[in-house]
Amino acid sequence: MKKEVLKISKKKSEKLIDKKGIRIDGRELNKLRPIKLEVGILDNANGSAYIEQGKNKILAGVYGPMEVHPKHLAMSDRALLRCRYHMAPFSVQERKSPAPSRREIEISKVIKEALEPAIFLEYYPRTSIELFIEVLQADGGTRCASLTAASLALADAGIPMRDLATACAAGKVDGHLVLDLNDVEDKEGEADLPLALIPSLNAVTLLQMDGIVTLEEFEQLVNMAVEGCKQIHKLQKEALKAKYITVKEEPKE
Amino acid sequence: MKSPIIIRVKQKQIAELVSKGKRLDGRGLTDHREFQVETGVAGRAEGSARVCLGKTEVLVGIKIDVGTPFPDVPDKGVLTVNAELVPLASPLFEPGPPDENAVELARIVDRGIRESKAIALEELCIEPGKKVFIVFVDVYVLNHDGNLIDASAMAALAALLNTKMFKYEVKEGEIEVKPGYTPLPVKDYPIAVTFAKINDKLIVDPRLDEEQVMDARLTITTNKDGNICALQKGGYGYFTTQKILEASKIAKTKGAELRKRVVKS
Repeated sequence: MKKEVLKISKKKSEKLIDKKGIRIDGRELNKLRPIKLEVGILDNANGSAYIEQGKNKILAGVYGPMEVHPKHLAMSDRALLRCRYHMAPFSVQERKSPAPSRREIEISKVIKEALEPAIFLEYYPRTSIELFIEVLQADGGTRCASLTAASLALADAGIPMRDLATACAAGKVDGHLVLDLNDVEDKEGEADLPLALIPSLNAVTLLQMDGIVTLEEFEQLVNMAVEGCKQIHKLQKEALKAKYITVKEEPKE
Repeated sequence: MKSPIIIRVKQKQIAELVSKGKRLDGRGLTDHREFQVETGVAGRAEGSARVCLGKTEVLVGIKIDVGTPFPDVPDKGVLTVNAELVPLASPLFEPGPPDENAVELARIVDRGIRESKAIALEELCIEPGKKVFIVFVDVYVLNHDGNLIDASAMAALAALLNTKMFKYEVKEGEIEVKPGYTPLPVKDYPIAVTFAKINDKLIVDPRLDEEQVMDARLTITTNKDGNICALQKGGYGYFTTQKILEASKIAKTKGAELRKRVVKS
């Protein structure tokens, strides 16, 4: 991982979007940040993935299916999915206490609920699947980037899935509707709507919002986020193929 | 997940009824249960309200304290929402620190109040960067029969409207309490409307037994202008985009109806 110094600075008077509709990081309104995905980067995990989305850097690792601890949590008809989303103390400007915050507990819950419909949990009764997400560097939209990486990690672990779940946010900044908000846009903007999609089922499995929007804007934001998800979904598939195609070619040497 | 066993027959019955557009208690799909709002029920609190939504019962108490502001917003008061799923309210609740369900509930209520800017936090600043008022909203669930979110959000709003702040004067950096009270500056009235998806149909205000059958849950909070100010999807299932847009329209009309009654009380 490249070392870089992060300075997110913005003067109070500075506009987040200029007259030409170009955003503070040089993007157009409906463009995603550059995304880099890698699959299978942790040695010990059954499956893992790494994502860089803009300045976000996030690791996801999957262990299992395995025996459930404590045992009484085991379910006789399906696997238990547990998820821990956690931010490193050094991932944000002000040091974050390593103890799980209420925000992290909530995000862990919504990510877990967003991934469950994608997994054939009924194939592994009485087991648990443990998903760990560590945010190493945060720059807005970490829950979406985490979910995108988590899907890949689950697939990398060989867990049967209906499709890859993908997430992307849309929001309102300076009166414009924009895709994939960065940290400054998230904090200073009017609204942020993260959404997760399982494209083949047309299923929205995560949906949250804060900020104020009208019903019409809401409809547009949902559609924008869905389009963003579809773009990321393509990248996810490429990342998976990239790993397994190289693995397949190795024995030739 | 642990849940009281509902008889398979009942589960099937709920699902079948819903697909015919009916519900066990005779309500329409988008009807709320009968509810009462009672304010000023906890004398030691600066504001309080109890909401009974069907058999679901939630008590919210507001306490106001003086503390330091967050460094990034030195000139604004602080809002803190906490929820307790008290063990006496349901066999599903266990003693101990708030679990993920309690945390989620508190954060949904918090988001509604915060994002609609219901409380004018800038008016709660005493001395910028040093002293501000902290508004503690404590949600206490007394009986659990489903849809804790709507009941809690309504009770929180009613309690905020009921809140009286003591009058004060700042003398040499010290706060001196003066006789008399002023109401808390409440500028907006966020109302949460929760949907459950059963058999691909949306129902409003699910009862506990309906929550146990539902595929997924969606809460839409609207402000007094009918705009959406907070959203939360929950549960293990999913929604299609069409269902979400359908829900947003219902939430706007239902929210307006509920708001009238809560604000009046």
